Amino acid sequence: MSTAVMETPAASRVHYLNANYGIKSWLFTTDHKRIALLWLGSITFMFFIGGAAATLIRLHLIEPTGALVQPATYNKLFTIHGVVMIFFFLIPSIPAVLGNFLVPLMVGARDLAFPRINLLSWYLYIIGAIFVLYAILTGGVDTGWTFYTPYSSTYAHSQVIATALGVFIVGFSSILTGLNFIVTIHKMRAPGLTWFRLPLFIWAIYATSIIQILGTPVLAITIFLLGLERLLHVGIFDPAIGGDPILFQHLFWFYSHPAVYIMILPGMGVISELIACFSRKRVFGYAMVAYSSMAIAVLSFLVWGHHMFVTGQSVYAGLIFSVLSFMVAIPSAIKVFNWTATLYKGSISYDAPMLYALGFIGLFTMGGLTGLFLASLAVDVHLTGTYFIVAHFHYIMVGGAVMAYLGGIHFWWPKITGRLYPDGWARFAALIIFVGFNLTFFPQFVLGYLGMPRRYAVYPAEFQVLNVMSSAGASILGIGYLIPLIYLIWSIRYGPVAGPNPWGAKGLEWETPSPPPTENFEEIPVVTEEAYAYAEPEDGSHG
Amino acid sequence: MSGTFNFLLAAVADPWFGFPIKPEDASTTASSVDHLYYFLTALTLFFTFSIFTTIFYFMVKYRRRSPDERPKAIETSTALEVTWTVIPVMLCAFAFIWASSLYFRNSRPPNASMEVFVVGKQWMWHLQHPEGAREINELHVPVGVPVKLTMTSEDVIHDFSIPVFRIKHDVIPGRYSSIWFQATKTGTYHFYCAQYCGAEHSGMIGWVYVMTPTDYANWLSGGSRGESMAQAGERLFTQLGCITCHVADGTGRGPVLQGLYGHPVKLRSGETRVVDEAYVRQAIVNPNSMPLPDYPPIMPTFQGQVNEEQVLQLIAYVKSLGTVEKGTAK
Repeated sequence: MSTAVMETPAASRVHYLNANYGIKSWLFTTDHKRIALLWLGSITFMFFIGGAAATLIRLHLIEPTGALVQPATYNKLFTIHGVVMIFFFLIPSIPAVLGNFLVPLMVGARDLAFPRINLLSWYLYIIGAIFVLYAILTGGVDTGWTFYTPYSSTYAHSQVIATALGVFIVGFSSILTGLNFIVTIHKMRAPGLTWFRLPLFIWAIYATSIIQILGTPVLAITIFLLGLERLLHVGIFDPAIGGDPILFQHLFWFYSHPAVYIMILPGMGVISELIACFSRKRVFGYAMVAYSSMAIAVLSFLVWGHHMFVTGQSVYAGLIFSVLSFMVAIPSAIKVFNWTATLYKGSISYDAPMLYALGFIGLFTMGGLTGLFLASLAVDVHLTGTYFIVAHFHYIMVGGAVMAYLGGIHFWWPKITGRLYPDGWARFAALIIFVGFNLTFFPQFVLGYLGMPRRYAVYPAEFQVLNVMSSAGASILGIGYLIPLIYLIWSIRYGPVAGPNPWGAKGLEWETPSPPPTENFEEIPVVTEEAYAYAEPEDGSHG
Repeated sequence: MSGTFNFLLAAVADPWFGFPIKPEDASTTASSVDHLYYFLTALTLFFTFSIFTTIFYFMVKYRRRSPDERPKAIETSTALEVTWTVIPVMLCAFAFIWASSLYFRNSRPPNASMEVFVVGKQWMWHLQHPEGAREINELHVPVGVPVKLTMTSEDVIHDFSIPVFRIKHDVIPGRYSSIWFQATKTGTYHFYCAQYCGAEHSGMIGWVYVMTPTDYANWLSGGSRGESMAQAGERLFTQLGCITCHVADGTGRGPVLQGLYGHPVKLRSGETRVVDEAYVRQAIVNPNSMPLPDYPPIMPTFQGQVNEEQVLQLIAYVKSLGTVEKGTAK
């Protein structure tokens, strides 16, 4: 589309990838784009570890008596799956990979505010991951990712401390990343880039960062207290030594519910970018979409009690948490309506990133609406602790966050690598993932209402048909995730050269060559228009 | 109106092409929970279908016809934004009120409930009836009678879940929680542990037997060993030596327990507490945490010497020493 930049072959031009070579130039880099690639490699590795655990879980559940492993091993599998996917894939996914790469480019800066702290974030992640991998290799951990006390603090005979330490350390990585983004967005925007000219991805990352720096310290405190009780028998959570097990749940969910929004808000930001680009329209209700991100960030801290409707918190506390949980659904609904309205009278193309975005809207809508069941007190009593919960949060975190992550990777891949991937394969993979996902998780809604509890290594025979359906879907989903891995790696070497702006997209990141030079922009751009100014015909003055 | 509604629901719901999509409804509250569930399902289907259809329609109608297309910008409409904010708010408010009133109504057991005591431990359920019958991983109850379960755990957190009654509640060490139900159909139904509790979590399941009142009475007399919970408690009370201090005529070193249950008691801290199950349990396992003004704090803890089932028996004994009617205690 954009022909104003003369495209020289990527090989002969100096950019961030070929500016220097050697392992040291990567491990000691402070370039946000290189750090983003370090993250991409690390979280992809962890994704496939978590995915391997999921594969074994679904294989095991083909038989009601358990087809594969002993119950104790099964418990370790779902714990590994949860810990790895949540703390080591979903939470860092969009912020640490796409956010790292894009925040400076989108705000017209040469790097993040604190490049060395940015590198430190990645090292903290690696140290945390090493602890967790060590725990897996030396016997595993069987507490569930929720570490409920007093099971985790007193009764579990597995690698609780190593795992908890890994999660504790990776939390600081998350805090530092959030801090870096907040400072960068406040202080380093290009001239003319006012708050309401920012891409909605930046708004979403900003809202996410606020949750990261306010919520994650509470997780650190909680894990610290858990360690104190397990190692030194200080009575905090175990009633046998004077503690209160429910206190742990309050502390844990005070972080872990907002953490759900750390996972989904950046995805919403990605979707806004994709929908605008592939319908060539400014996002409908731009300000409402931006405000709704901030509303979600605030409300997310006030709904943790909905995880505890059956623990014995008072009926009145239940009522308050229920009404607040309904309220947090509203800004999400507003976003979905605005994205749909953006398509109206647009110029819609069906490139692969757009298919992921549309898949996101569908799956996120279902995930969000099934959340209303769980906000509804009387229905939650029946559904909590069952497969309905599992289905619901996978619709949000896999149907939502992972779809958005993959959509974003496909959208910005040409910018990151300078290469295009085979679009046909990419669309095919998007379709396979959408179908496989629904086959895997839809039956679990039914299983949940029928009453099948989650985290069961063996289960009554009447649930087998739905479990087999779910496992069959998972095999399709698994293939769907492998296909992009193959063609994306292939494209790095063999893909056609992308050019600076293959989608004809708006945004500062598209006004610099692909891959961008180390300093991002030859000259810091001056912004004179709103985000998503697709309506004006291009006059060649921008990029 | 509600008859038609129920008929329509029955037509679409269970079974669905011979395939069950909901558990049997076997309690007085089950079908009311189902109705709310159907409403939420209808809401979900309506919005999902509307959004899918709209997206699909726009995708076809506004598909890109030439690479140079530059659609006109469309101004944001405040009226639209308000509309699609207010409608979900109203629907959520409706669902909230419906769900909460149902929950609130179900939160208190009727006064005439019969009681069963449940102790969860890794990895089995111990249940005892006041009349003395004890069972493991089985719960026998009569149909048509409200049943209150008073539950605690010997070790980690468990959760007692009976899907056909649409109830569950966490079973927490160190405290009593309770749920209640009134079964409407005789039959045999699953109950589960629904809170992950370790290696054999998925083995911690059992059966509820809902029986006719006659069958239940027969079962109860057959199952008991001639000793009620209160009698078992009395035996413990003597064995453990409680009786040497808690003397009925007031000459002992400890307070008189006769007629105490259900009464308010003033602690040395100035706090006033009503003697209930939690109070008696705390007095047994951790007496030093609640010294009384007129007695020296000399009672030893019985933590570790009695298990949770025995604590429940001691409570039953204290209760049997005379209570005041609920309502007058306040």
